[in-house]
Amino acid sequence: MNWVNAIAQGLLLGGLFALFACGLSLLFGVVGIINLAHGDLAVLGGYVAVALLPSVHTNALWALLFVPPMFGAFGYVSQRTLLQRSLDSGPLTTLLVTFGLSVVLQNALLEGFSADSHSLSIGKLATEAFHVSSKISISFLRLGILIVAVAVLAGVQLFLARTSTGRQIRAVADDGEAAAIAGVNTRHITGIATGIAFVTVALAGLAFGMYAQFAPTSGSNLLLFAFEAVIIGGLGSLWGTLAGGCVLGLAQTIGAQIDPTMGTLIGHLVFLAVLAVRPSGLLPARAAA
Amino acid sequence: MSGTPVLKATDLTVRHGQLTALHAVNIAVQPGDVFAVVGANGAGKSTLLRTLAGLHRATTGTITLDGEDITELSTDQRVRRGIVLVPEGRRLFPSMTIEENLLVGAANGRRGDWTLDRVYDLFSWMRDRRKEKTSHLSGGEQQVVSIGRALVANPRVLLLDEISLGLAPVVVQRIYATLPKMLDGDMTVLIVEQDVAQAMRVAAGFQCLLEGRTTLEGKPSDHTPEQIEAAYFGFGPAVAS
Repeated sequence: MNWVNAIAQGLLLGGLFALFACGLSLLFGVVGIINLAHGDLAVLGGYVAVALLPSVHTNALWALLFVPPMFGAFGYVSQRTLLQRSLDSGPLTTLLVTFGLSVVLQNALLEGFSADSHSLSIGKLATEAFHVSSKISISFLRLGILIVAVAVLAGVQLFLARTSTGRQIRAVADDGEAAAIAGVNTRHITGIATGIAFVTVALAGLAFGMYAQFAPTSGSNLLLFAFEAVIIGGLGSLWGTLAGGCVLGLAQTIGAQIDPTMGTLIGHLVFLAVLAVRPSGLLPARAAA
Repeated sequence: MSGTPVLKATDLTVRHGQLTALHAVNIAVQPGDVFAVVGANGAGKSTLLRTLAGLHRATTGTITLDGEDITELSTDQRVRRGIVLVPEGRRLFPSMTIEENLLVGAANGRRGDWTLDRVYDLFSWMRDRRKEKTSHLSGGEQQVVSIGRALVANPRVLLLDEISLGLAPVVVQRIYATLPKMLDGDMTVLIVEQDVAQAMRVAAGFQCLLEGRTTLEGKPSDHTPEQIEAAYFGFGPAVAS
C-alpha cells in the first residue's frame, strides 16, 4: 500500500460509512429518534438475506430486490406502533426503547443463527478490481457501494427538497404541531420518513454483508461508526453525512497505513478532534430558526 | 339567531389536569359571518379555538360542522373537512421558504378557489419574495404568510388566534383591512382577540369569555361599550351567574 492508495481506499470505505450514517441522520434529524438499534437493524438486514436467499438465488445481489422494501414496510409499521408511542412519552423513552430493541435483536439473532459469522456471497464480483496503476486498485464492490451511497443521499435529499411528501416530512421536523395545524397527518408522514430510513439501513446492512463478515453482535461497532460519521459531518445534514463518512474512512485507512493496528483508533481520534474543534460538524445542518 | 350554524360547540368543557379552562361553553357560528370571541388573558379563548381545531381534546361536549359530529376527529382530519387554524405565534416552518410553507398548507386542504396565486395577488409583496426563508421575515409578514398558509387549504371556517399579538397597530390595521377580501366566498371566520375594539369593528356576532364561561353574547351593536367592558373584566350587572 502507498499513500495515494490509502486515500483512495479511505474514500471508498467512507461510502460504506456514509450509507450506514444516512438512516441514523435521517431518523434523528426528521423524526427526533436517536436509534441505538441502528447497527443491529443493519445486521438484521444481512441475516434476513442469509435466511431468505437460498430460496431465491445464490448471488446475494438479489437480496437488494427484496430486503430494502421489507425494511421500508417494517420501518413504517414500527413507527406507527412502537416508536410513536415512545416518542409520545418523551425523548428519553425512545433511547430506552431503541436500546431495548438492540438487545432483543442481538439475542434473537444469536438464538436463530448462532454466534458464527456469516457473509453474503456475490460471486466473483467480490474480488474483482480494476487497476488504476500498479499501486492502486479499485474494488468494483467498494466503488459500487460508494456510488450507491452517493445516489441514496442525493435521492433522499432531492425527495425531501422537491416532493410534496418530502416537504411535509420537513414540516413535521420543523414543528410537529404546526404541521398538524397545516393539515399534515403527522403520524403517517413520520412513518414514511422512518420507512425511508429503514430502507437505507437495509442497504447498508447488505453492503456490509457483501464487504465483510458479520455476526449477531456486529451491530454495536457499526452504530459507533455511523454515529461518528454523522457527528463529524454535522447533525441533520445529509451531504455532511457523506463528508463525515469519507473523513472517517480516510482517517481509518491512513491510520492503518501508519501502523496496521491503529486504523480504528485514529478514526476515533479524528472524531474526537472534530467534536472538540467544530462541535457542530464540518457541514452543519440548515440554519435553525 | 337564524339559520343553521356551520360550526357549533355544545356544552364544551376542557380540562388541563386540575385546571378547567372551559366550563360548558356553547358557541354557534353562522355561515359567512365574522364571529369574534373576546376576553382577557386566561379567559379560555385560545383553548376554545385550539379545541375547535382538534389540538385539545374536549373533556365533555360535542363539536359539529354542518351537523356532522367532529368531536373525535384529529386536527388534520378537521383541516380536510375545512376547519383551519391560524395559530397564535404564527408557527411557520422556519427552515422553509414562503412558497414551501404555502405548499404544505395546500397539500392536505380542500380543493377550491384559494390557490398560491390568489394569495400572492392578495398580498402582492409575497410573490417576489416567495423563495425567502420565513425565519427572515418581520412579525407582520410572518403573520400574513401564516394566514396565507391557512387560506390555501380552502377553509370553510377559518380560526384566527390573536393575529394582532406582538404587531404594530398599523400592521394590524393593514391585516384586518384585507379581511373582507378573504370573505367573498362562503368562508366563515372565527377570530379570537384581546383587542376588543378591533374585533367589534369587523364582527357580526361576538361572545365574551371570562374564566372559561360565557359572560355576554350577541351582536356588537346590541351592547354598549360599558356592558362589553363589564363582561370582559367581570364586574357590574352584565355578568351572568
